[in-house]
This record gives sequence, structure tokens and C-alpha cells, in this order.
Amino acid sequence: MSNLLSIAVLVGILASGIRLATPYLYAAIGEAFGQRSGVLNLGVEGQMLLGAFAAFYVVLQTGNLWLGLLTAAIVGAAMGLAMAYVTINLNAEQGISGIGFYLFGLGMSDLLFQKLVGTVETVKGFPPIYIPVLSDIPYIGKIFFSQNIMVYGAYLLVPIAIFILNRTTLGLKIRSVGENPDAADSLGVSVAKTRYFTVIQGGVLSAIAGASLSIALLDVFQQNMTSGMGFIAVALVYFGAWRPKGILGGALLFSMVMSLQLWIQIKGGNIPSDIAVMMPYILTILVLVATASKLRAPSALSKPFEREN
Amino acid sequence: MQALKGLLRKEWVSRLIDGLLPAFATLAALAVGAIILLFLGINPIEAYSAMFQGAFGSANAIAETLVKATPLLLVAIGICISFRGDVINIGGEGQMVIGALLATWIGLTFTTLPGWLVITLAILAGFVGGAIWGGIAGYLKAYFNVNEILSTVMMNAIAVQLMNFLLRGPMIDPSQALLASKIPQTARLLEIFRLPRLIPTRLHLGALIAVALAIAVYFLLWRTTIGYRIRAVGQNPHAARYAGIKVQRYVVLALLLSGAFAGLAGTNNVYGVNYRMITDGSASGFTGGAGFNGIVVALFGGLHPIWSIPASILFGGLLVGANSMQRAVQVPSAFVTVLNGLVVIFVVSSDVWRRKRQKRRLAAVHKNEELPPPTDKEKVQQAEVAQ
Repeated sequence: MSNLLSIAVLVGILASGIRLATPYLYAAIGEAFGQRSGVLNLGVEGQMLLGAFAAFYVVLQTGNLWLGLLTAAIVGAAMGLAMAYVTINLNAEQGISGIGFYLFGLGMSDLLFQKLVGTVETVKGFPPIYIPVLSDIPYIGKIFFSQNIMVYGAYLLVPIAIFILNRTTLGLKIRSVGENPDAADSLGVSVAKTRYFTVIQGGVLSAIAGASLSIALLDVFQQNMTSGMGFIAVALVYFGAWRPKGILGGALLFSMVMSLQLWIQIKGGNIPSDIAVMMPYILTILVLVATASKLRAPSALSKPFEREN
Repeated sequence: MQALKGLLRKEWVSRLIDGLLPAFATLAALAVGAIILLFLGINPIEAYSAMFQGAFGSANAIAETLVKATPLLLVAIGICISFRGDVINIGGEGQMVIGALLATWIGLTFTTLPGWLVITLAILAGFVGGAIWGGIAGYLKAYFNVNEILSTVMMNAIAVQLMNFLLRGPMIDPSQALLASKIPQTARLLEIFRLPRLIPTRLHLGALIAVALAIAVYFLLWRTTIGYRIRAVGQNPHAARYAGIKVQRYVVLALLLSGAFAGLAGTNNVYGVNYRMITDGSASGFTGGAGFNGIVVALFGGLHPIWSIPASILFGGLLVGANSMQRAVQVPSAFVTVLNGLVVIFVVSSDVWRRKRQKRRLAAVHKNEELPPPTDKEKVQQAEVAQ
């Protein structure tokens, strides 16, 4: 029991929990904007995988981390654009076309990896940045202020998202298009343009989430390396009741349990590791059960918009 | 030009085009696939002909294709039920795993019972295992408002870990338990417990069972009250509730049945193909991705269990052909996953033209009062459009 509670272990678990929330934050906040505007994107996982590969490959070739990140963003934007065209112009069923984009990204990233790289390689990812003074605070410094720039970026995204959604015209447009597209349309807000914007930025943020795995947290690429993270990011949007603050809470809870679970896998003698891996998923279902009945989704979520004649 | 327009307005031509839309969508997907191959420096004609040869080029190839098609069809007919009920079941992988675990346990435990009895019990076990796993998600959706897409994805992850735990621990092959390699697999089933083969290939009884069940599900959906209610709830839950249908009950039932058929696909893989349960630590290591690809098959078959039969053969062929393509022109088999994704995207996108023509047809019906009263089928279509 004593080593379970040792301060060093606790600091390690918390620091890795803060880090692990990174991809979920990027992807879930991107998805939240899409859903607030009425578009459910289930292709997050595929966008993450392609983004992860694009960033990894560029970094492997050039060593330039920012160029890798930019490439991932462009790939994500392209995937988002395709998704937007299919769901907004062709009014395709959103959930199912999302599965199509998931399969496409899953296969494409694997295909390109096997063709262009082939073997397991590692890259030198974003190094930790020790924030002066703050990183010297005992324990707190190690947990919060000794992370890499993509981790800081993910947490910075939360207040930015809150500001955009609640304090800007853009945010107002997004929310109105997701709640009552007919009314928004009659007031001159372009439903299609607004949704194009949110779906494309969702693609960009999902791809960056993938890149955060391949060039900042793990520094490798593997086939299907996200293994469900994109779907969990979608779950976190529901979990957080479509609000960035709620998503932050959900992502932290999930990643802390994940981190604890990883530690149990290494250290915890009695609990089989396979059972430990289940914990975050069971927890997510339980929290969804506890909160779902009180949630109110954006009214127009996953409904295509067609103008009355 | 006038003649062509007149022809296009004919009811049967219009319906034919609707029926052929998935085929056009597939051609479009193959064309995009060809562009991808060109970018990778591979001759698409060589690649596709290697794929076709591998899938349908010989009796053995066709048998292999049918073996791959069987679990796809079983998952797909379940998907037809759930999607018709407006329940998006993405949990096919997990439901297959749980069904297979239960079925395998039967075969490894009751080794003294006669073969036919164990096979029957194993089929039931697969059905029940999948039904439980799907039913949980259905219950959470109906009574706790938990989005089924999310819960089924989580249930997939949980099922995989349960499988890994059991196959590495309590259910591990005793001979593997002694080895250092510790491959996560169970012991082999007794020979009398295996699904009999049909012709001297690997084709087995499971394929016939799957076809029979596809026909049964057609009757369930369109010839029984239960099926009618599942579809009614799917089309308009408010109207269904107003009509006195207990909506929640049918949401649970749709997911439960959907899971049950995926569970059968799990039994099929154990009793018809591998004769043991084996994995590489991931869900697709056991399922071969059938839980996901079954969704593609069902969509391609227009969510109709009978049309899912040829669809499953097509996609089974893609999977088998992918392996020969990999050998012949070194295209990683991941290419098939890309194609599947493209097919889904193009099929759901092409739906826009079907809806447009349907609207036009109904408008014509409204204009011309001398037409006979709408048939049941048209009433359903009207309800669809009204929605």
C-alpha cells in the first residue's frame, strides 16, 4: 500500500494523465464545434490516423516538426472538406458517411505507411518546455509545467473555444445553425457556409490530435495507432454536454484513469492488465449513463438542412 | 432527347436506376482506388485483375470468397434490422467476440455430448452472447438516452479486453500455456463439433445457414408485426408511439437482434473456419474486421437482407482478392479497407439522387388522381419522404 501512495508515483501518474488528455482535447473540441453547428462527424478516428501519418512522415523525411504539423493540418482540412461536401451538399446520412471516412483513413494511413516507410521508425518529437519559475515548483511544476508545446496548445484551446462559441458572431452563427437552421437561414446566416467552416476545422483539429500522438507523445507511427481514440473523442463531446469546459473535465477524467491503468499494467501485480485496460471504457459508459438523460443535444444535430421551396 | 426523357420518367426505369446506384457507387470507388494505385506507382489494371482472379478465378477461389462472405452476411442481416429501426449499431466486432467466446466455451466444456447437439448449442450460444452485448447498448439507449454509437464502440473495446484476458488466461490452449510464446488461442475443437464442409473446399454449412437466416430476416422485417413495428419506430418514433407501439422495447429489440446475428458470425468463425478461437490481441485479429465490413455490406445491399447476399459475396471477394493482389503486385491489403471506405461514402452520397427521383414520383402520383390508390409500399415511401 505504501508504494501505491508514494508521492513520486502519484506525480508520475498525474503528469502522464495531463499529457494523455492532449489528443482527446484537440479532437473533441473540433468535434464539438461541428456538433454545435448540427454536423455529427464520426470520421474523427480516420482523420486522426491520416494526420498522425502525415506529420510523422514529413518529420521523418525533413526533421521539421512544424512542417509536419502543417502537413497534418492540410490533410485534415482536405478530409474535412470532403466530409463537408458529402454531408452538406449531398445531404448524406452523417453517421454512416463518417464510418466511410473512418475506414478510408484507417486503410489509407496503413497503406501509405507500408508503402512509404515499411518498418517501425521513431522520430524526434517536440521536446518538453520547462516554463521558467513555474516548472520549479515542487510536484506542480513537474505535473503541469514540464510538458511539450502540443500539450500546452491543447489546454490553451479550451478557453479559446469557450470565447469563440460564446462571445463572437461566429460562435453565435454556429450555435444558431445547430439549434434552428431555418430561423438562422431566414435571418441571412448561411447554414452551408457555417457548417463548411466547422466541419473543416474539425478535420484540422482531428488531424492535429493524431499528429500530437505521432510527433509529440509517442514519436512513432503504427497501423491503427489511435485504436478507438477518435470514437472516444466523440463520446467526450456528449460527456461534456457540448461545452468545452465539460469536454476538458471529461478528457481529464478519462486520461487520468487511463494513466492509472497504464501504471497498474506495469506495477500492479494482482489485476490482469487486460482487465485494467477496460477501466476507462467502463467508466465512460457509466458516466454517459449518469449524465445522458439530462443532456440536450443541439436540436439540428445530424439533420441535413434543406431549404423549403 | 424527348424519347430519352420519356424513358427516364418511366416507373420501372427509375426503379432500375435506383437498384443500380450501389453498382455505380462501387465503380466510382474503384476509379478513385485506381488513382490512388497510380500515385503509388502500381498499374491499377494489373492490380484489379489480380484481385478478380484471386476472388473468382477458380472453384477454390470462389469457395474462399464464400467462406469470407458468410460472417459478413450474418453481421449484415443484423445491421439491416438495427438500421431499419434507426439504431446505428457499430458494435458488430464486440458482439462477434462475445458470441464466439460463449460458443467456444460450450465446445470446450461439453466434450462428451454428440456433435449435432454441441453445434446447436454453440449456435444458440453465439446468438445469446451477441444478443446480450447488443442488448446492453439497446437498453442503455432506450432507458438512459445513451447514444448507441458511443456505447457500442466502448463495448467493442471492453469485449476485446475480455477476449484477451480469457484467451491468455482461463481459456488458453493448455499446450500454449506450457510454451514461452503463449499465443492467445484456445484448444482446438473436437472434429465432430466442426461445421461439415459442403464440397471438397473450405466451404462449410455456415454459408447455407447464413443464407437461410437472411431469408428469415426478410420475413421477420416485412411479414411480421415485430418487424413492422421495428421499422415503424425507425421511420418515425413519435408516430409509432402515438400508434401505441412501445418504442423503447423495440429499440432494445433492434439492437439485441442485431447483436445476436453478429454473435452468430462469431460462432461461424470458430466452428466453421478456425476450429478454435485465436487472436492477435485486437478485435480484427479474431473477426477479420467483419463486424465493421458487415455494415458496408448491409448498406450496399440497401439494408435489405436478401440483397445483402450478393453484396456479401462481392465484399468477401474483395477480401480474398486483396490477398492475391498483395502477392501479385505488392499492394498492402489495407487497400481494401480504403476501397470499403470509399464504397460507403459513395453509396450514402448517391442516395441523394434516389431521394430526388422518389419525390418526383410521388409528386406525379399526387397530381394524377386517376391513379390507383397507393400501395402499402408507396405509403411507406411517402412516410419516408414526409420525414
